[in-house]
Amino acid sequence: MSIKLENVSYQYSQNSAARQNTLKNISLEINKGEFVALVGHTGSGKSTLVQHLNGLLTATEGKYYFHGEDVYAEKYNKKMLRSKVGMTFQYPEHQLFESTVLKDVCFGPMNMGLTEEEAIVEAKKALDAVGILEKHYYKSPFELSGGQKRRVAIAGVLAMNPEYFILDEPTAGLDPRGRRKILNLIKKLHEERNMSILLVSHCMEDVAEYADRILVLKKGELVGDGSPKEIFANRVLFEDKGLLVPEAVSFMDELNKSGFCTRRCVYEGTGDKNCFATTVDEAKEVILEMLKKGGWQPSEKGPKAEKTKKAGGRSEKEMRTGEEEAVIMEKGENLS
Amino acid sequence: MIKIKDLIFLYQKKNDEGQVVHETKAVDGVSMEVHQGEFIAILGHNGSGKSTLAKHINGILYPSDGDVFVKNMNTKEEANIWSIRQSAGMVFQNPDNQIIGTIVEEDVAFGPENLGIPTEEIWKRVDAALKAVRMEAFREKSPNRLSGGQKQRVAIAGVLAMEPDCIILDEPTAMLDPKGRRGVIEAVKSLNKEKGITILLITHYMDEVIDADRIFVMDKGKVAMNDKPEEIFKRVDELKALGLEVPFATELAWQLRKEGVDLPDTILRREELVKALCQLN
Repeated sequence: MSIKLENVSYQYSQNSAARQNTLKNISLEINKGEFVALVGHTGSGKSTLVQHLNGLLTATEGKYYFHGEDVYAEKYNKKMLRSKVGMTFQYPEHQLFESTVLKDVCFGPMNMGLTEEEAIVEAKKALDAVGILEKHYYKSPFELSGGQKRRVAIAGVLAMNPEYFILDEPTAGLDPRGRRKILNLIKKLHEERNMSILLVSHCMEDVAEYADRILVLKKGELVGDGSPKEIFANRVLFEDKGLLVPEAVSFMDELNKSGFCTRRCVYEGTGDKNCFATTVDEAKEVILEMLKKGGWQPSEKGPKAEKTKKAGGRSEKEMRTGEEEAVIMEKGENLS
Repeated sequence: MIKIKDLIFLYQKKNDEGQVVHETKAVDGVSMEVHQGEFIAILGHNGSGKSTLAKHINGILYPSDGDVFVKNMNTKEEANIWSIRQSAGMVFQNPDNQIIGTIVEEDVAFGPENLGIPTEEIWKRVDAALKAVRMEAFREKSPNRLSGGQKQRVAIAGVLAMEPDCIILDEPTAMLDPKGRRGVIEAVKSLNKEKGITILLITHYMDEVIDADRIFVMDKGKVAMNDKPEEIFKRVDELKALGLEVPFATELAWQLRKEGVDLPDTILRREELVKALCQLN
């Protein structure tokens, strides 16, 4: 059970301005249940690649096997492929078009051949999963806030129950709270439904925190494929300025240069004398470990506050109220 | 430079008969003063009223109550509006919505042309503006061949060619990739440092606000905090409760402090945290 590309190349028409978006000889396999991130700077071919995976684009050369079947075979059912490999584009809220939220989410499943009643059942499940309340179902999608609209768009794909879900920059342009919500939603889909995720993102901090595996594209070539630790330790990939390492990685670099780690001991984790971390949490653990090795004890006068969650300890209910206000306010802003 | 007094902006939802059915205060009693040459950052989650506030400064919106003064001109007086818009230019989030010229230099010239400035002077300004944002090499290019970050720099140049005293940027980097973001922020910082232009930057990226002179945090239409970055980011719990984040080094230092590590609460930059950790033992 996998998505498998074999030596896939793609070229837009010879004279097109977008020629740099060509894919070159890409081979990769994504198994069911993986959480994979696809990174690379603008123009590296990320969007072109993901459009192959749900059959929107057909490779100029190479093979694509979905669950072992040749997608490019003459009688292959691409409609089935598109329902199994769901995809949201950048700013998916721009593609909402129906008169109500519920109708919009029903569009996908009905297109797949479900009856209206069946589609409504799936749509409601999907809206529930993305946290859109029932009172919004009969509103126009355009009455919702930016973050809500995006979640409706995601529900539209979810309602088709895809096995693979490709999300192209799902958090672009959202505020930190909206971003966190979407990322946690994706994580939940992955953990609870064993859905395979392919997240296209520029935000390396998010990628390091959420993905188990990272694919790096550069000028249409797959130049990296590994765990976040492996990828971010491979500095050759990040030499040109288009791609940054997560902040935690550059911070640990600076800390290593200061001698903070080497003075204490050789850090066993990476096999060299340097400390390494890809997320804030990892950095914290590494630093605490280093401090302990140096004989440090937690300070008595330290704040030692109880650990709060990422969301800042806000309860679900509070967050919701905040959001309702946001909707009303945003409409105010739209007036202009 | 900018003076806002008890500003209230009401958003009214009307039904089909035109009766007001719902009223929200998008901006609720905001007072603030910004001095010439300051670099101000405005934070707040979506819907906190940041953009509504910003749109008052160059007269896109008018106060429901209270006053907004730009260089002592009240935005309420219609006679002032053109000189206010010349003094306080605005750059928006979406790079594709702000470019109107078919080539870069034409787009930048649009503003000064509207002000009725002599042609020769216009081209001088276009030259200077494009140079200031490092886009002079693209002068004769078509804007639709530019990247998002380059388009935003052209949009900034367009404002710059009006020779404003102040530029308001409403999430100018939200739709850009890291490289584009860096280019835009560098351009904005240099306009502030080298030309003394007052900057009001609305953003969700905390690393962009570390070097600001002052930060305003908005919540529910009100100013929740107004202070220097090192004071603002001491209040990690409060910021998180407002749906905001803090710079990386601040976050890590905060988490380490919770584990009992004795670190100062004023850390904003990576090098500050490295230094503090090295001094521990």
